[in-house]
Amino acid sequence: MRRFFQKHGWSYLFILPSMTTFIVFVFIPVVWAFIISFQKYSLRSGGRWMDPFYANYETAFTQFGGIFITAIQNTIVYSFFTVTANIFLGLILSSLIQPLSHRLRTFFRAAYYLPAVTSALIIGMTWSFIYNAQWGFANYILRLLGLPLVRWISDPDIALASVTASAILTIPATAVVLYSAAMGSIPTEYYEAAELDGANGIQKWWHITVPLIKSTTLYLVVLYSIASFEVFERIYIMVPSGVGNSTQTIVTQIYNNGFKDLNFGVGAAQAFVLFVMIATVAVFQFRFLQSDVEY
Amino acid sequence: MRRFNPAMMVVWSFLIVTTIISLFPMYWLFTNALTPIQGTPPLTPILIPAFSFENFIRLLTGTKHYTSWMINSLTVAFAVTLWHIFFDTLAGYAFAKKKFPLNNVLFWMILSTLMIPIHVTFIPLYIIIREMGLLDTLWALILPGTASAFGIFLMRQYIQTLPSELEDAARIDGCSEFGVFWNVILPLCQPGIAALAIFTFVRSWNDFLWPVIALNKAQNYTLTVGVANLQNEFMTDWGIIFSGAALAALPMIVFFLLFQRYFLEGVRMGAIKG
Repeated sequence: MRRFFQKHGWSYLFILPSMTTFIVFVFIPVVWAFIISFQKYSLRSGGRWMDPFYANYETAFTQFGGIFITAIQNTIVYSFFTVTANIFLGLILSSLIQPLSHRLRTFFRAAYYLPAVTSALIIGMTWSFIYNAQWGFANYILRLLGLPLVRWISDPDIALASVTASAILTIPATAVVLYSAAMGSIPTEYYEAAELDGANGIQKWWHITVPLIKSTTLYLVVLYSIASFEVFERIYIMVPSGVGNSTQTIVTQIYNNGFKDLNFGVGAAQAFVLFVMIATVAVFQFRFLQSDVEY
Repeated sequence: MRRFNPAMMVVWSFLIVTTIISLFPMYWLFTNALTPIQGTPPLTPILIPAFSFENFIRLLTGTKHYTSWMINSLTVAFAVTLWHIFFDTLAGYAFAKKKFPLNNVLFWMILSTLMIPIHVTFIPLYIIIREMGLLDTLWALILPGTASAFGIFLMRQYIQTLPSELEDAARIDGCSEFGVFWNVILPLCQPGIAALAIFTFVRSWNDFLWPVIALNKAQNYTLTVGVANLQNEFMTDWGIIFSGAALAALPMIVFFLLFQRYFLEGVRMGAIKG
């Protein structure tokens, strides 16, 4: 026993502070959230089990005429378009800056990355200015073109599309940086061999570059899917009212139930629905990463 | 002279247009913030700033708490960053260089938290922090902010690449285990620590949802929460809203321009979402 501690004591001591915070602020809360999702929890009297035990999950999906289902649909629509567009834009932009000089490459990467260092909240806020129906920049352009003005974020029919567009037009900087790094590590012999075979630029790109950065693509798909499943700040600040239910998402629902209505059980149940969705995506990640490219 | 090449023209116009799209929202925020606006902004957008600080002066004198929000954000971000610099390196060192029972299990447990959507923890976290009596204090942000797996992962990867000879030499010279960490590992980790520190600081500064939940009184807000509320408070005085948002974004932009290399290093290590 003494020898064990002499040998390993320091190691455990070194990880103790970190482990403690993980246990108190992550592991216990996750398990507890799972318990609360089957309870009626109030701050005064604690938790009481629901009958039937899945009642919170039932409420989560049925309350207010199934608003949570609308929220899931909105989240999936938002995620589908942003993830697809982010991957395509990231791939195209990084391919286009790859042949440039080191200095220009650094410039473009920085220009694309700059907005991403500010918070999602501030980015959302600047887009809400651009979308302002009265003095916003988007309607200024429509006015210049002589087109009818649009209530970008207050018209329930297009608010979600406007929010999605704002997310797409915030250039996917992470994708550009990661793709650039991946492209830089492809051995040049591959391209030289293809040139000997008479391949042109686009053929080389399609047959060498794109397949060899597949693992980066899959990683980015997962990263962006998770981030867009969790979309909140952008919507909270751009469409605080939710204009009907047209821009409700999963996290706005968790926030509303958990912290506006203090309906902890239902909020926790909805958080676990999000958890399952993200875990599903993560499982796909591991599947794909196993078929990693080697060169 | 180079031949005119239509394909290159398309490429360059695409790169330039995307650059403008990327930078325009921030640029427009700053031109508006730097132009005196008392009420509604003009219908013709301000594209060239007047370089007047009138909005900022009204922001800092007219709002009660803006400077406290800044101080709160700085306090939280510094506290969380200091914790991660020290303890993530310490844990990363143990996981990188030491073999001890359960080391892999514990490491994977920590790593698995990266997959958990943080929103799942918020409800119990709220109850725990409330029980601790720390709701509506900065501790409510600092304490949970210490539980983040990215830094441990990053520092472990980094320390694995360091040669073990130096540690062994220090041990022969009579260094204790902590002495090895303090005198050998920590100084060698500086580039990794720089990326970690910047990443942690930016994430903490930009954090929004948990601060909204945990903070209540206006003077306790962090900057993001406060700025989000400016819109409710100063509905018609857009100058204040523009300058408030611009001033909240500015430190991170300056930070990025100064330490770009480390930022992009952090992205490559696979963590910053953006």
